[in-house]
Amino acid sequence: MHEMAICESIVQVLQQQAAVQNYGRVKIVWLEIGPLAGVELEALRFSFDAVTRGTLADRARLEIVETKGEAWCMQCAKSVVVAQRYDACTDCGSYQLQVTGGEELRIKELEVD
Amino acid sequence: MCSVCGCGEGEVKVEGKAQEKPHAHDHHHSHAHDHAHGHDHAHHHHQGEGGHTHDYGQGPARAHAPGLSQGRMVQIETDILAKNNEYAAANRRFFNDRGMLALNLVSSPGSGKTTLLVETIKALAGDLALAVVEGDQQTANDAERVRETGVPAIQVNTGKGCHLDGHMVGHALESLKPADRSVVFIENVGNLVCPAAFDLGEAHKVVILSVTEGEDKPIKYPDMFHAADLMLLSKTDLLPHVRFDVEKCIEYARRVNPGIKVLKLSAETGEGMEAWVIWIKATRALALTGHPVAAAAE
Repeated sequence: MHEMAICESIVQVLQQQAAVQNYGRVKIVWLEIGPLAGVELEALRFSFDAVTRGTLADRARLEIVETKGEAWCMQCAKSVVVAQRYDACTDCGSYQLQVTGGEELRIKELEVD
Repeated sequence: MCSVCGCGEGEVKVEGKAQEKPHAHDHHHSHAHDHAHGHDHAHHHHQGEGGHTHDYGQGPARAHAPGLSQGRMVQIETDILAKNNEYAAANRRFFNDRGMLALNLVSSPGSGKTTLLVETIKALAGDLALAVVEGDQQTANDAERVRETGVPAIQVNTGKGCHLDGHMVGHALESLKPADRSVVFIENVGNLVCPAAFDLGEAHKVVILSVTEGEDKPIKYPDMFHAADLMLLSKTDLLPHVRFDVEKCIEYARRVNPGIKVLKLSAETGEGMEAWVIWIKATRALALTGHPVAAAAE
């Protein structure tokens, strides 16, 4: 359940940014999360509601943009889509893949008041 | 939550630190705030910064749902774990400046991490300065076990938390004060999931997998085996009694992490311990090569 800790980090960022960006309340939070970020989205949504309660993001809506997992296949010398770290190349079946995308765990933007 | 450095999150306790904290913020990591440390401040909790907003209806600036929103859009593009990574970077600087080798030991509960650690300490204690940070949800049992060997150890209880983070380790180091050029073992909370995501500032994650677990753990918990540089296959003395395919396990581990190194050992019989000790010494020697504190010690 490190999703709880992740939500606490999100709230910390929102609180820090409140002073910088001059807002008092957060209405919508857009996150960008990749399939290889090690985050369970349902658990994240659940924790988000719990953790934001009583903060400046109370009742804020959570929007999650899911990115694709990408890896470079050394055999085919091209980029392929992967869903898991242990996936084989969809073309040649090799496991010699270097993950190049899908580890995103970012706050993209906010809608604020 | 402490608004200074974000600490005091609920139930986290660092052994030997009073829980009601007049905590002196005089530690090494650079917080992004400029307020005077070291006083017994009462930790005001600035919750809900709301109340006074100076935003006079800038209208629906590029709303994602047109027409539905009067809010203002703010681009922040921030890594969610950026804060932890800052603490981890400060810890890493602390270790590097002092020529310390920090190893983050991760595994599932019951893999024999602490037993292995105690045996490792016995094998190294004569040659190297050592220190241990112990992470568990509750109890100081593990730190006590380590201290019985004569090596300084500090327990961090994470309360409900399922992993150590960079900030907890930073505070633990303040109390532990490891000697220059020591090897610092950080025994993480027994969990093959969450500790993968939290950098503590270590040089290497070492994942311990005992042969009483399944050989498919590397693909069941790929993030952890991906994050580790070394896998210790432990309790190998039990191999005759359990169904565990060593070759298959190593193949799975390489699938998620082609570069992972694997050592087989048993803390019980001592088999394979020598290779692990060599790995630690060699890794430390490499880190110290050309390091100013190494030159000073010669």
